[in-house]
Amino acid sequence: MFTNFFLTLRDHGVPVSLREYLMLMEGMQAGIANYSINDFYYLSRTTLVKNESNLDKFDQVFGHCFKGLEAPEAEDLLAEIPEEWLRKMAEKFLTPEEMEKIEAMGDWDKLMDTLKKRMEEQNERHQGGSKWIGTAGTSPFGAYGYNPEGIRIGQKEGRHGRAVKVWDKREFRNLDDNVELGTRNIKVALKRLRNFARQGAAEELDLDDTIRSTAKQGYLDIKMVPERHNAIKVLIFFDIGGSMDPHIKLCEELFSAARSEFKHMEYFYFHNCLYEGVWQDNRRRHQNRLDTYDILHKYPHDYKVIFVGDASMSPYEIVYPGGSVEHWNEESGEVWMKRVLEIYQSAVWLNPTKEAHWDYTHSTSLMRQLMSDRMYPLTVGGLESAMKELSRKQ
Amino acid sequence: MKFTGTDTYVATPDLMIAVNAALTLERPLLIKGEPGTGKTVLAHEVAKALGKDLLEWHVKSTTKAQQGLYEYDAVSRLRDSQLGSEKVHDIKNYINKGKLWEAFAAKDSPILLIDEVDKADIEFPNDLLQELDRMEFNVYETGETIKAVNRPLVIITSNNEKDLPDAFLRRCFFHYIKFPDKETMTDIIDVHFPDIQNILVREALNLFYDVREVPGLKKKPSTSELLDWLKLLMVEDMPLDVLRSNDTKTMIPPLHGALLKNEQDVHMLERLAFMNRRENR
Repeated sequence: MFTNFFLTLRDHGVPVSLREYLMLMEGMQAGIANYSINDFYYLSRTTLVKNESNLDKFDQVFGHCFKGLEAPEAEDLLAEIPEEWLRKMAEKFLTPEEMEKIEAMGDWDKLMDTLKKRMEEQNERHQGGSKWIGTAGTSPFGAYGYNPEGIRIGQKEGRHGRAVKVWDKREFRNLDDNVELGTRNIKVALKRLRNFARQGAAEELDLDDTIRSTAKQGYLDIKMVPERHNAIKVLIFFDIGGSMDPHIKLCEELFSAARSEFKHMEYFYFHNCLYEGVWQDNRRRHQNRLDTYDILHKYPHDYKVIFVGDASMSPYEIVYPGGSVEHWNEESGEVWMKRVLEIYQSAVWLNPTKEAHWDYTHSTSLMRQLMSDRMYPLTVGGLESAMKELSRKQ
Repeated sequence: MKFTGTDTYVATPDLMIAVNAALTLERPLLIKGEPGTGKTVLAHEVAKALGKDLLEWHVKSTTKAQQGLYEYDAVSRLRDSQLGSEKVHDIKNYINKGKLWEAFAAKDSPILLIDEVDKADIEFPNDLLQELDRMEFNVYETGETIKAVNRPLVIITSNNEKDLPDAFLRRCFFHYIKFPDKETMTDIIDVHFPDIQNILVREALNLFYDVREVPGLKKKPSTSELLDWLKLLMVEDMPLDVLRSNDTKTMIPPLHGALLKNEQDVHMLERLAFMNRRENR
C-alpha cells in the first residue's frame, strides 16, 4: 500500500527519495501516527514533502491513493446532520402511516432514531457508488458528498477538520510553483545565478595568507583581499509590443528583479525577432537605435544572454531576409540569432506563454530549435531551470 | 515526551505531529512560512514546554557553517606569541566553541534553533550536512572528535529567500506554517489576550481578513501584526462602532500603522477606499 503511494508520488513529480520513505517507516514504527489516518497524513507530509510548492500535489496524490480507506464513522456523520434537516427529511423517508404511528406514540425522539437508522442505510448504499473526491454531480453532505433528491446540506466544518478531510481541502493550492510570479519570487529564482569573485580594492583581511606569510617572513605580515561580489554579467533582450502586450506586467516584474539582483546588467528591446538594430528607450526607438554588431563587439563573451519573448510571429520573420514586419532587414533573424549564440555560449530564452501552447506556434518551435532547446517558460520553475542552465560551466 | 502546544502558543495538529516526529526520530525540523507566523517562537515554546535549554544561532549573510562548530582564533594566538604569553602553547585556548558544539556537549539534550538559514550563503546548508546527520564533527586543530552526548532537537527556520539543497532537505522533517484560519486565529488571540471582548475580536478579525484580501498588498499583515494591532486597540479602548462601521469615510481601519508596514500599501488602501466611496455615491 505504502510502496504504491510512494511510487505514485514520484510519478506525479513530487521529489521523494528512498531515504525519506525509510524515515516515514521509522516514524510509523515509533508509533508517531497512532493508527489515525489524519496523523498518518501529517506524518507522511512532514517526511515526504520538502517544499511548499509540492504540498498541493501531495494532497492530491494522498487523496487519490487513500480514498475509501477510512470508512466514515457513523457517529461523526450523524453529528453533522442538522436537526431541522432531519425534520424536513422525515416527510420524505417515512410513509404517512409511519408518521402517524409515531406521532400517535407521541415520541419525537423515536422518530429521530428511526430516521437516523434510515439515514445510515441510505448512506451505505450511496457509498458503493460515487465518492466524495471530485466526483461531479454529488453535492456535499457534511464532508461526504451525497445529495438525496436535491436537498443540499450546507457543509458544517468540523472543529477539528473532521468533516472535511484535511487533504481534500487542498489548502496549499496557490503555492504550486507554476502559478504566480512576484518580484520576490523572481529574485529568489535569479539568485541561483550567482558567481562570487573577488574584485576591486583589497579591504578584507586574508587570515590564511597572513599566517602563511608571517610564518615565512618571521614578522607580522598582513595580507588583504578584495571583498566577494556577485560577478555575473547579463545581457537581457526584451521583445516589446504586439503580442507581448498581455505579458507586460510579468516582464516588468522580471526586469525590476533582475535590475536589483545583477550588478552588471544591460538590457535592450527588440520587436518579435532580433535583427541588426535594438534600442534601449521605447519612446525614441526610431531615433536612438543601437547597432546589434556594436553590442556583440562591446560585451565580452562571458556575458550571459537572456531573451524574453513569446516567439510568436510569422515564420518568415525568422527565416527570410526582409521578413521583418517593421522594416527591410538585409539579413534574416535566424542569422542574427546565430551570431549572438556563437559569441555568448550561455544563453536562454524565457517565454511568457504557457509551455503547453508552444507546439501550436510554428515560430516558437523554430526559435526553440535555434536556441537548441534552451527555451523556458516564464514561471518560477522555468526561471530556475533557466538559471541552472546559465550557471552551468561552459 | 510530547509537544502539545503551550499556554501561550497554539499549535495545530499537523505542527504537533511534525515536532513530535522530529523529537522521536531525532532529526532536524525545517520550518517555513510567511513572516510573522511564529516560526522562531516555535523553538522558544518547544523549549519551554519540554523544559529544555534553548540555544539560538542566528544566521546572517556572512555566517559560515564553521562558525557553528568552532572558530580558531589565530589572531590572538599570534598576538600572544609575540608577547610571549604562556597560553600560546596550548592550542585549545584559542578554540572558541560554536553553538553546535555547545548543543552536542550539553548533557540534557537541548533545543538548537538555527534561525533564518536562508540568509546565509547557498553553500551553508551543504556544509552542515554531515554534522547534522551524524551529530559529530572533527576539530582539525586538536584532532578530537566531538560527538553529541544526546542528540539535540534542531529546529531550522527559513524565509524562503534561497532554495535549500535537496540533500539537506532529505535529512529534515519539513513543516510549512500556513496562515491560520479564523478559528485558529481566535484561539491564538484567546491565548494572548484572554480578557479581550469577544465582539471586539470578531469585528477586528473581520476587518483584518478584509485587509489581507486587498489585492496587490506588498506585505500582507500577519499574526504578529494582528496581535500588535489588538494590543493597540485595547490600549486605545477603541469603541466597537468604529470597527464595525461600514461608513465609507472610515474605510481605512483605525490605527492601521500596526497592520501595514509599507507606505505604498497604505496609499493603496486609501486609494481603494476613495474609489469605493465614489462608487457608492
